[in-house]
Amino acid sequence: MIFRLVFENVRHRPVRTLLSILLIAVPVTLILALIGLSNGFLEDSRKRSAGVGADIIFKAPGGSLMTFSTGALPQKITDVLLTEPHVVQATGTLVQPIGGFDSINGIDIDAFGKMSGGFTYVEGHGFRTPDDVLIDTWYAQQRKVHAGSKINLLNRDWNVAGIVEPGKLAHLFAPLAAMQDILGSTGKVSQVFLKLDDPKNAEAVVASLKAKYDGYGIWSITEMQSLISVDSIPLLKNFINVILGIGVIIGFAVVSLSMYMAVLQRTREIGILKSMGATKGFIMSLILAEAFVLGLGGTIAGILFSFAAKWAMHAVAPASLPQAIVYSWWPIAGGVAMGAALLGAVYPGMMAVRQDPIEALAHE
Amino acid sequence: MNRQNRGEMPDPIIKVRNLRKVYQTGRVSVEALRGVNLDVPLGEFLSIVGPSGSGKSTLFHIVGGMTPPSSGEVWVGGRDLSVVGDSGRTELRRTTVGFVFQKFNLLPNLTARDNIRTALHISGRPTDVFDQEFLDILDLLGIAGRLDHKPSEMSGGEQQRVAIARALATHPAILLADEPTGNLDSANSLAVLTLLRDLNERLGQTILMITHNDEAAQYGHRIVHMRDGVIVETSRPAGR
Ligand SMILES: Nc1ncnc2c1ncn2[C@@H]1O[C@H](COP(=O)(O)OP(=O)(O)OP(=O)(O)O)[C@@H](O)[C@H]1O
Ligand SMILES: [Mg+2]
Repeated sequence: MIFRLVFENVRHRPVRTLLSILLIAVPVTLILALIGLSNGFLEDSRKRSAGVGADIIFKAPGGSLMTFSTGALPQKITDVLLTEPHVVQATGTLVQPIGGFDSINGIDIDAFGKMSGGFTYVEGHGFRTPDDVLIDTWYAQQRKVHAGSKINLLNRDWNVAGIVEPGKLAHLFAPLAAMQDILGSTGKVSQVFLKLDDPKNAEAVVASLKAKYDGYGIWSITEMQSLISVDSIPLLKNFINVILGIGVIIGFAVVSLSMYMAVLQRTREIGILKSMGATKGFIMSLILAEAFVLGLGGTIAGILFSFAAKWAMHAVAPASLPQAIVYSWWPIAGGVAMGAALLGAVYPGMMAVRQDPIEALAHE
Repeated sequence: MNRQNRGEMPDPIIKVRNLRKVYQTGRVSVEALRGVNLDVPLGEFLSIVGPSGSGKSTLFHIVGGMTPPSSGEVWVGGRDLSVVGDSGRTELRRTTVGFVFQKFNLLPNLTARDNIRTALHISGRPTDVFDQEFLDILDLLGIAGRLDHKPSEMSGGEQQRVAIARALATHPAILLADEPTGNLDSANSLAVLTLLRDLNERLGQTILMITHNDEAAQYGHRIVHMRDGVIVETSRPAGR
């Protein structure tokens, strides 16, 4: 019967109901889209780092996994690392972020190609001049360029020499020497990838390298894969918490206001229920149940919107961040929305409970 | 079946002694009741008349557990309402009294049936089946065919009959009807008054009815006249 009362109330004011649900859906969508984007990005990073074909990644001291200190290592270190037991290949790359989530990677195309199994060219060919860049098909699609096109990056015009299949380290590559020139990092690299005779030796080699290079960032690729998570990007984690907080506030405010108005509008009906002997608990549960329905509606709408956001983003910018649908966050986003909705209904509920039945019945 | 024959209850179902009620609105206090004394035996149909502001509704609100008395004794169904608190009054409304108002006061979004089921739900009774006694009441009220309509789809007379059905669904000992015909035309008024008399005579329902209409008052066994917060006269209807 409570369900019926709530259902009829919700149905009877479709505009209020819909507006409340839409407003609650906003933070749910935000949370899910953000989580989807970060997970998509991280999943993509994992795939791309695996695509390098290395077993170990070697960074300068102080460098964290997801940050790059441009040109922090001397390029010569690759030769030194090659003398380590089990290390059969070593290649350094110079990474320069170019805004958004993209970066240009300066590579020694021969060594990098050897390690990663070589690029698969969809269009064009490898580097021939220092102004050549390689881009993957995603980036090509997003920028709508082809082999032979010019693109402007780092305030320079580059020639798109080739378009390659994605999945190897990055979306954009330039010759290492050219990058070192532009960035004034002659003889420097950001990171060195090592390939071993057998991936099984990775842990042992990491351990011996760590002993030798104290303070350097040294991870096996397997370990690195497992470290690529939301937690490894502190800023992202904070941002998610902020969005969660905003979600709670919006849900709370929307439902507070909506239920406050509902209680005022239904003063008389509350009086009728009280005249029939409805207890305080009954009145309160009616209000909470209605808030629950609004919260649930907002959650469902938010989930649907997150699919819509994914679709829209793909339609607009196919090569931008891949947004994953992260089911495990549905209950979290929903819990935030419903919790906030229930909390928001408490004060209006108390107002309803406290109403004097005679005065409520006299209400027009 | 007559309730009067079921349980031998020597005490009246309503016993009011020196009841006073003072409403405090800011600095102004209004003495709505100034020493009411009243006994209503089980099974009586009592009419209450009196000028506007004489305290009739206030008396109902106290007897029906909507507001506490300021002083005096009020016994309803064996409970002393001068000592019970808010939850005791809620309990009284749930179990012992049923209200019928001038403005019908049906829940507007619900059908007649769901209005009745809400009352049943609140009283903790099953809501999917109506018991035989209540089915008889529905028969008497003649609204069985209107149960799936919402209040807005019904005439005033029909709404008032649904309101009576809702008030009686939980089998309260006392029906309190505050100007039940006040919003009805004469034909519907007559129908509702006849129904109340039938409910009283056939089912032994105890009924207290406030009315401004002298003819309507004649339907009761007894007519209580109020003025300025006290009962000034008790009379018998002509020809009953
Ligand atoms: N909640 C209240 N607060 C303040 N004063 C009230 C309240 N309820 C009733 N009164 C006052 O108490 C007095 C009696 O009111 P009551 O409603 O009982 O009269 P009544 O006999 O039912 O009148 P009517 O025939 O107009 O319905 C009136 O003076 C009224 O203004
Ligand atoms: Mg009145």
